[in-house]
Formats: sequence, C-alpha cells, structure tokens
Amino acid sequence: MVNPKVQEVRVSGPPVVPTPSPVPPPAEISNSAPSPVRKFLTERGSSAMSDHVFRWLMLICAISIFGIVALIAWELVARSQLTISKFGLSFFIKQEWDPVNGNFGALPFIFGTLVSSIVALIIAVPLSVGVAIFLTEMCPKMLRGPLSFLTELLAAIPSVVYGLWAVFILVPILRVHVNPFLMKTLGWTGFFAGPNYGIGIMAAGVILAIMILPIISSLTREVMTAVPHAQREAVLALGATRWEMIRMGVLRNARIGIVGSIILGLGRALGETIAVTMVIGNRPEIVKSLLGLGYSMASVIANEFSEASDDLYLSALIEIGLALFIVTIIVNAIARLLVWAVTQGSSARAA
Amino acid sequence: MALAQKPSKANYLWRMFVNHAATTLAVVSTILVVAPLIAIFAYLVYKGASSLNLAFFTKTPAPVGETGGGMANAIVGSGILLALSSVLGVPIGIAAGIYLSEFGRGGRLANLVRFTADVLNGVPSIVMGIAIYSLIVLPQKHFSALSGGVALGIMMIPTITRTTEEMLLMVPNSIREAALGLGVPNWRSVLAITLKTASPGVITGCMLAFARVAGETAPLLFTAFGNQFWSANVNQPIAALPLQIYVYALSPYDEWHRLAWAGALVLIVLIVVSVALVRFVTTRGVLKGAN
Repeated sequence: MVNPKVQEVRVSGPPVVPTPSPVPPPAEISNSAPSPVRKFLTERGSSAMSDHVFRWLMLICAISIFGIVALIAWELVARSQLTISKFGLSFFIKQEWDPVNGNFGALPFIFGTLVSSIVALIIAVPLSVGVAIFLTEMCPKMLRGPLSFLTELLAAIPSVVYGLWAVFILVPILRVHVNPFLMKTLGWTGFFAGPNYGIGIMAAGVILAIMILPIISSLTREVMTAVPHAQREAVLALGATRWEMIRMGVLRNARIGIVGSIILGLGRALGETIAVTMVIGNRPEIVKSLLGLGYSMASVIANEFSEASDDLYLSALIEIGLALFIVTIIVNAIARLLVWAVTQGSSARAA
Repeated sequence: MALAQKPSKANYLWRMFVNHAATTLAVVSTILVVAPLIAIFAYLVYKGASSLNLAFFTKTPAPVGETGGGMANAIVGSGILLALSSVLGVPIGIAAGIYLSEFGRGGRLANLVRFTADVLNGVPSIVMGIAIYSLIVLPQKHFSALSGGVALGIMMIPTITRTTEEMLLMVPNSIREAALGLGVPNWRSVLAITLKTASPGVITGCMLAFARVAGETAPLLFTAFGNQFWSANVNQPIAALPLQIYVYALSPYDEWHRLAWAGALVLIVLIVVSVALVRFVTTRGVLKGAN
C-alpha cells in the first residue's frame, strides 16, 4: 500500500513550494551571487501557479462526471412532470397503455423487463459460475488465456449483432426445437403454454443470458481469485476432494462477491434495449406463459419515442426511462458495494 | 463440516462421484458458454463474407426494391460520431482519472466521483439517449450528429476514468518522487512522467471504451437518428453502422438482411481488431503485470 509519509510529501508539494520564494532574497543579496538551485526555486512562482491551474482543471473534469449524472436525472424528472402529476404512483400499477386516449400505465413493461431478466439470470448464473470455477480452479494453464479471452470477446459484441443473430438463428431454433419440447414436458405448469411464436419473453431471456454471461463470469472469476490460497490449502489438507475444496474453501468465501456480480449482471439485463426489442414481440400484455409476447421498459422507449406525438405520451415514456434510471442506479450501487466489500477485504487480509 | 463423517468405502466413492460430477458440469458449462460465441462468429463470417463486396464500402443504401447499394455513408457516419465522442470523452475521462489518483486519493470527493462514474457506467444506453434528446435535440429542434457524439462521448467517460485511475495507481511512487526531486513542476511530472509511464494501460481503457460505444445503437436512435444519404454536417442527422444494421435487420426485405449481416461483420471486425490490439499492447507494454 501507499506509504503515508511519502504521499504527504507529494501531495503537500505544490502549496508549500511558493513559501521559500519570499524568504530567501534578503539573505541572498547580503551574501554572494545566488546559487543556481536557489535561483530556480525563486523563479518557480509561475509554475506553482500552473500547478494550481492544472489541479483545478483536473478537479473540474472530475466534478463534471457528477454534473452529468445530476443533469441527466434533473432532465428526466423535469420532462416527466406531466405524467407524474397526472397519474402519480398509479402509473406503475396500471395495465392500460392507450396513447390515443391518453391513458398510460407501465405495468406490462415492468413485468416484461423483470420476467425476461429473471429468465436470463436463471440461465446465466449456473453457467457463468461454472465457467468461473473451471477457469480459476480446474483449467489447464494453457487453455486459461484463450478461454478467458473468448469470454471477454462475448462482452465486446454489440447488442445489435446479438439481436441480428437472435432474430435469424436463435428464434428459429427455439421455435422448431426447444419450445415444442418445453410445451410437451412442462406445458402443464402453464408457464410454457400457448401459441409458439418463437419470439417472446423466452427468446428475450435467452439472448439476455448470453449477453450477461461474460459480465457475471469475469467478475466471479475476479472474486474467486481474490480468495487467499491458504484457504484452499487448508481445506485440501483436511483431505477434501477438489470439489469440496472449491465448495468450502472458495465459494463460501466468495459468496458475497458472487452475489454482487450476479446483481451487476441483473442491472445490465434490466437496461438492455436493442437485442430485447428485436425478439421480445413488442406487445404490451401480461401473460403467464413465457412463450407469449411481451414488451420491456427499454424497448417501449426505443420503439415509440420517435412517434410520441403529444406531450403526455412523451412524458409517459420519459417517466419509464426515469424509473429505469433509478432502478439501475440502486441495483448497481448494491452490486458495487458487495463486490467492493469482498475484494477490498481480501486484499487487506493478504497484505 | 460435511467432510467424511465415517471413513466408509461408500462415502469415499460418493465423494469421488460428486467431485467428478462437479468437474464435468464445469466443463459442460464452459462449452455451453463458448458454443454460442463460436456459433455467432461462424454464422456472421459465413453470412457476412458472402454479402460483402466493393459496393458495400463505396455506395449509399439503394432504394427499396433495388438490389445493390452499400453502407458507405454509415461507415463514414460512424467514424464521424466516434471522432466526436472521443474528442469529448477521452480528455474528460483521463483528466478525471488523474484527479482521482493524483490529487484526490482517499478523499471524500474522490469517493463520490468514483461512485458517480460507476453509476454513469450502469445507466442504460436508452436512458442516455432520451436524456441527450431532451438536453440537446429538443432545444435545437432537430436531430444532429453532434448530439449523437455527445451521447456516445458521455458513455465513454466512466470506463476511461476508472482504467486511468487504476493504471496511474500502479505507477510506483518513487518515479513521482524522482521527478519532483529534480524540480519538475507537479503538473509536468503528472503529464510527462506518471501518465506516460501508465500510457499503455490508459490507451487500453480508451480503446475498450471506444469498442463499447462503437456498437451502441440505443443512444443514437433519437440523437443521430440515421440518414440514407451522404452527410458530413455535424448539425444534421447522420447515418451510423449499428443504426443501419438495426433498421435493416427488422425490415422485411432479404436484400436488406444481407446488408445487415455484412454491416455486422464489418462492425465486429472493427471491434475485435481493436480489442485484440489492446491485448497485444498491454501484454507487451510497460505494465506487463497489470492484468
């Protein structure tokens, strides 16, 4: 860690520097010619000034980040005043979405966003934890680099390309192979019933799962690597098998961080727009079946924002955006706190 | 603890079985994760390469019903948008990173800024789109490339800030002290010594942010808006590659689907090349142990 003494010297550098300049001149004049070092220090007045300017510039840039977020929040609140004052909280529990008669309720979109994200988590969490376990604990060293590069690459693919792939490849596969199977075996639960469109909440959940996998797995991997080796060695010394070592030594220590990374993945899934819009079906309904069509908060904005003709319609869409903004902030804050708690704690222990 | 209550043979076999089952599951899940990636790439290359031709890079989109045409204006438009966003995002991002690591270390303000950067990173891109729409497009009363560039630039900031900070923190203090000991002013020591030492990592951050916004569609829907014709005017709507892919993918025409695949291939090649370049630079650079 940083040596506090060293840091103090460096940090207090700029303000202290100007002080020698007023003192030396009288003493110097009484002596002989000023030494080059002293001369340099006395002429440093201008650079002390530029130090201050530089420091303030950097500070302004740092604060501008804060300003941007505040501005976004303010703008969203201001532009959604119309619906906030007209509908109040009932905006979020009403089911009708009727732009023609000016009647707006966001429940179908909230439902679609939540359900598709939950489906995504159900698929992605076991897989990504499995990948993280494989990459940190089991993988031969030779494979580790390429495999982690591949999973990182998955994060670099733009969502419009995922959407394109989902529309032309994933949806046909779901419609022809997966959905009939689900309807036959699990149709009695009611969650996999109804007409088989291919597109719908299920398709959105699957593509979201593929998109959040790299986020969850790379963070889980980070948290698991932060578990001290002594933990693993201690469990192995008790005669545990490798899986018991992973379960007791690694997963148990990393569980808070893993939960954090899952929540971070959830945050990403909630706000994902383009790929979901392309496959969710875009129908503002609440249906029990996962194979049914739905609509998500982000995709209703993407689809209807540019056609919103009157102020109330626009305000309703912006309020949905505001809700999305607040929810993702809360989700991200919780996740960061959890991940931070684990990685911070472990590095302190290791030091 | 659940470890071996009774050292019986059955118990031992059961534990071994669970161990192997867990290993198998981990391997299977890795395969399941890598499979879609390979499927996406294989299909993208297969579909995209067969649709790519010279016209794609030199022509503007053809009217509905006609074959041919390309996305030249969208490629140029994306370039202009990314240049605008870099001009905004890179300096602010790096400066904020410098503040966090060199001036505000451990301070309350720095923690606040760091947290806000994380918040900004998590803001859904569509929300960024409507915020910029009401901040810039509504007052101006028309869509513009400038607003799209601003939206993308803001999205670049948090990534650049956090990587710059992390990289600067890795620069040993003795280097800073050496510079200050020689009488170099603090600002020059930060820019010419500390930042330069950390530059491979900082460049990585910039390229990652660049790659991320290069594929963003949602914030451009109501800012840059898209354009079927040539335009280099930053005050007018402009075409962008991801937007064009989005519109074409949802269209009912096979010809447009073909162009969408080709566009997706070009986009992904652009992104993968920049990510791979970054990896190459960082694994050879000064900060070899960074990752």
